[in-house]
Amino acid sequence: MIINSLAINREEFHRRTGWEIKPEGACKGDACVPLYLQPGQQLDAQVLSDRLQMPLVRDEAAGLWSLGPEGSGRALTSAQAPDLVLPDLEENEFRLASLRGQKVLLVAWASW
Amino acid sequence: MPGWQELRAELHPRGLEIVTVALDTGGADAARQWIEAARPEHPSLIDQAHVVDELFGIVNVPSGVWIDEDGMIVRPPEPAWPKRQQRPRRDPPPDAPPRVLALLDVVSKLKVDPEKYVAAVHDWIEKGQRSRFALSPEEVIERSQPRGKDEATAAAHFELGQYLHRAGQPELAIPHFREAHRLQPENWTYKRQAWTFVDPAQGPNDVYEGDWLKDVLEIGAENYYPPLKF
Repeated sequence: MIINSLAINREEFHRRTGWEIKPEGACKGDACVPLYLQPGQQLDAQVLSDRLQMPLVRDEAAGLWSLGPEGSGRALTSAQAPDLVLPDLEENEFRLASLRGQKVLLVAWASW
Repeated sequence: MPGWQELRAELHPRGLEIVTVALDTGGADAARQWIEAARPEHPSLIDQAHVVDELFGIVNVPSGVWIDEDGMIVRPPEPAWPKRQQRPRRDPPPDAPPRVLALLDVVSKLKVDPEKYVAAVHDWIEKGQRSRFALSPEEVIERSQPRGKDEATAAAHFELGQYLHRAGQPELAIPHFREAHRLQPENWTYKRQAWTFVDPAQGPNDVYEGDWLKDVLEIGAENYYPPLKF
């Protein structure tokens, strides 16, 4: 997740990483990690980095940070499919979750 | 791409949807000609920021992920092929450059098993969670890619590299791509995407230490696509 300040927008963080900020902490699937936030406290990238083992990488020249995924062991921390939303060629947004009730074969390919 | 549409036409009436995702920093412009030629009836999405790589743990293409009716992953990313690719009909000319001959040799040794993969998909469509190819949530997590501190940091650098490349600052992107390659050398997506920016053929260049042929030869062509764990 690319950020130009350490203040993190909760909705964007949820959309991009699958981690939802709840009263009990950051939650994904069945797992919750306590963040010890005070009510109304700004969500800070450094706190998330420490608590969720997400590397925070800085590019001074560009004035940007990149908050990486959690490095807790495996790429998938839950078998629940992430709530993926991506555009098609016509820039219509497609939500993977709209296919509930069908089996889905998701295929990643590339032009390169 | 056309192979996936054929499989979709066959299995959609029996409850399967296929969703293809193009992992392309070049976005729709890079993927368009391939998608339009395949005339897919299934959703064909564009992932310009390589979000799917990170969310699912994808390290090469093509990769397939199985998701059941309840939105649970039942097979994590693995090499996925809809059909065997046709081999060149003729031998290369005797005066072909050595690099071309070496490339053809390596490509002929890559291990792919479309027949086995498609048979497994059929089995899953027929039997659902009772299929021996459908894994438990614990197995799905266990079989997904390792992601410790190095792999997670590689992902952060790769994302910065792509962001800066797309923002018209390729010179700032290169150190991040190089760091991603160093931290996770087994991630072909990071390497192939970055190599393509300096040479569409992913050949030797002055910017990165590796290139496709050199790096495949280092690990052995037969290891490029790991065998399906069925």
